Amino acid sequence: MLHWFNQKFLSPKLFYTTTTRLLPWVGGAFAVCFFYGLITGLFIAPADYQQGDGFRIMYVHVPSAFVAMAIYMTMACSAFVTLVWRVKMAAICMSCSASIGAWFTFLALVTGSIWGKPMWGAWWVWDARLTSVLILFFLYIGFIALQSVITDPQSRDRAGALLAIVGVINLPIIHYSVIWWNTLHQGPTISKFASPSIAPDMLYPLMAMILAFFLFYFWILMLRMRNQIVLREIKSQWVSEVMQHG
Amino acid sequence: MALLTIIRHDILINLRQAFSWLTPLIFFVIVVCLFPLAVSPEANMLRQIAPGIIWVAALLSILLSINHLFREEALTGFLDLLLLSPYSLTLLVGCKIFSHWIVHCLPLILISPLLGFLLNLHPYETYALVITLLLGTPVLCLLGAIGAALLVGVRSHGLLLPILIMPLYIPVLIFGTSTLMAAAANQPLNGYIAIMAALTLFSLAFAPFLTAAALRIGVNQ
Repeated sequence: MLHWFNQKFLSPKLFYTTTTRLLPWVGGAFAVCFFYGLITGLFIAPADYQQGDGFRIMYVHVPSAFVAMAIYMTMACSAFVTLVWRVKMAAICMSCSASIGAWFTFLALVTGSIWGKPMWGAWWVWDARLTSVLILFFLYIGFIALQSVITDPQSRDRAGALLAIVGVINLPIIHYSVIWWNTLHQGPTISKFASPSIAPDMLYPLMAMILAFFLFYFWILMLRMRNQIVLREIKSQWVSEVMQHG
Repeated sequence: MALLTIIRHDILINLRQAFSWLTPLIFFVIVVCLFPLAVSPEANMLRQIAPGIIWVAALLSILLSINHLFREEALTGFLDLLLLSPYSLTLLVGCKIFSHWIVHCLPLILISPLLGFLLNLHPYETYALVITLLLGTPVLCLLGAIGAALLVGVRSHGLLLPILIMPLYIPVLIFGTSTLMAAAANQPLNGYIAIMAALTLFSLAFAPFLTAAALRIGVNQ
């Protein structure tokens, strides 16, 4: 049954042909969500009573942080599948996700620091949450670095998978130790701004943006995975057929 | 029996080449001695930053030595014998990590009271320092072994191991230094020591297994 599933749905060829049809839909859905979120978020949602218009960077910051963490989870799940069932597509999904995740983490850090400057008065504070996102960024970098030095594709996949799993086991430990560290070293000089339960006018654009970022991730992931598949299967019959017929 | 043989073999080989175990130790001492020169020789200041200095120096020294955990074995082909042997690779790897700890970390721990003395630590803080190093350095070795095993087949990786492993070291660093801070404030240390011990046991349970898996992957490159 598993073998059958592997053959039918996780074969690179079938993935390639399915995503050819799927890509425009995902891209279109992304565009709709993104522009809806952008327009309502930036122009229609009311200004925050404390932060004024400054809070609008939230519509980029929160989704990117959210997606950055979700991508690491995706990587860990596909790493598990790679190691246990040796599914080739899972390995491709994992290694293609890494750099997208790293960029989203970077985006979250940059937008967070731009947001922090007017609100907290500093570009960077060693707040627990910021620090653990920074460490997440380092974990991504380590994964990408490991993948870049190993030449043999199969052991590259498996080594990366093992590292991703070690990372995901450690992630909660790191997260809680960082929280603990910050509360120990200094009192709450920057209390997280009191957040009254967010108004629906602000919430809907945020949801749309989160959805849009996820769709963007899927979109880019599919494109990258298709490239990777073609690269890996360059010698097979179906690739040359696909390439000739567009 | 085979396990004991491996431990004895590793320890003897390393002890007979004095520089193999002396280099990380000297590195550790020199890094610690750089800080008073770089920051300030003022006693109170030094006492305040001593936990961070000693822990970061120990961490760097272990990263340096753990790099060679499987290197020699991979070159001489001993590693292939380990992989082929009928014994559980997890246990064999555990023994190798243990003997590595004896040779490369125990000297650091033994010399740390002296460094504490140089940095004006009080006896209670020195005691906390030794305890946390005793509990923390095994974690550093165990986590580092996973990275060393992953990179065993890579020809020249230079500074890659620190990049892979450093983020995983952060909890140990945080708990190690905060135990010392608590000691400086004359607080009881039981809770801190319990958390450090939990980290040690947790990594003891998982790391040898993951290292064995990583070795199987790393050797095949």
